[in-house]
Amino acid sequence: MTLTLALQLCSVFGVTSLLAFGGGNAVIPQFEKMTVQVYHWLTPQQFTDCFAIAQAAPGPSTLIVSLLGYRAGGLWAALIATAAMVVPTGLIVYGIARIWDKGHGEKAFRHAFQDGLAPITVGLILAGGMIVARHAESNWMQVVMTLVAAVILCATKVNPLIVAVSCGVIGYVVGA
Amino acid sequence: MTPNSSTSEAIAGPGEAGAPIPAAPTPAAPTPAAPMPAPTGPVASTWEIAVTFNEISLSSFGGGLSAWSREMVVARKKWMDDPEFLSAMTICRILPGANQVNLAVFVGTKLNGLRGAGAALAGLIFMPTVLLMGIAALYAAFQHSHAVEHVLAGFAAAAVAMTLQMVWKTGRTTLTSVVPVLLFAATFILSGILRWPLWGTLLITAPFGIAWAWRRAHKRINARTPAGAAP
Repeated sequence: MTLTLALQLCSVFGVTSLLAFGGGNAVIPQFEKMTVQVYHWLTPQQFTDCFAIAQAAPGPSTLIVSLLGYRAGGLWAALIATAAMVVPTGLIVYGIARIWDKGHGEKAFRHAFQDGLAPITVGLILAGGMIVARHAESNWMQVVMTLVAAVILCATKVNPLIVAVSCGVIGYVVGA
Repeated sequence: MTPNSSTSEAIAGPGEAGAPIPAAPTPAAPTPAAPMPAPTGPVASTWEIAVTFNEISLSSFGGGLSAWSREMVVARKKWMDDPEFLSAMTICRILPGANQVNLAVFVGTKLNGLRGAGAALAGLIFMPTVLLMGIAALYAAFQHSHAVEHVLAGFAAAAVAMTLQMVWKTGRTTLTSVVPVLLFAATFILSGILRWPLWGTLLITAPFGIAWAWRRAHKRINARTPAGAAP
């Protein structure tokens, strides 16, 4: 773990995070370019593996940066990469959230803003779900499983974790 | 589809604001059903915030993190209501950075200031980062196993199902009349089908949404003012 590597990690992940408008996955191509093509920390295949692991593992998929950092220089590099990814943008969000919460005088506008954006966000969520579903190499079995699970989740109060584990087990049994 | 059932709820929804009740028991009555939380004091302890976001994070293997966030923050902990949570989501999408990380910081800030923001962030990413280091080591050994692939495919199906459930749940509370349904549909078409970037989509839909909510709020205030009151 050299100082040079630390600075490289900060610049790759810190600068890229500030350009990550539209969510963490929007900067995946940029990460690929920097870590694979510019710095050669990983092979293209290793990058693809990291992406798949980060998608499936618990937690935000943006933690792919931990894996990329780990490949670049072990545990410390992973921690630096992760901090570089979340701290600068976190501070920006903190500032905005404080301003937003302090806006007592503009309550009427704030409520209009909230109520007006809510249906739009629901549309964005559905669009995101559809895009993810399309990305997952889906066969008819997976589509059926998705729909059945969605109906169960909507109609009952079952813990979603039970549904997720069941889907994993069914995927294993059916695929085996 | 849902619009019918939603519309019927729509009529009940705004009613809760108090307008249609004929003889409202003195408007000055000490805040009937809206106990405003003190704006200064922390709403939740840093420990509770960290534990909650840790739980959100660990529950979300295969994806579905935003659905889990809503489940915990809105449904279980009742730290926010749907409109507040959903608008926070969109603010966090607009700002640079990972949406879910931003959302955790936003919610944490609202609950307990800077300490809350740090607690939410740590809760969200600490355990997953540790897990990822372990998985990375194991993955080298198991990456060619089809069993792992099939289990992951199952998790992915569950994650999409949770997203659909979130659309259902939040849609029932927010898509309560014609305009919100149109805004929802337009956003879905622009973003999901035409694949417009977020900024373009919001540039079209957000002004309409905010203008609609603004007008509606003013109508409600006017309806509530007694006939003789100054406009």
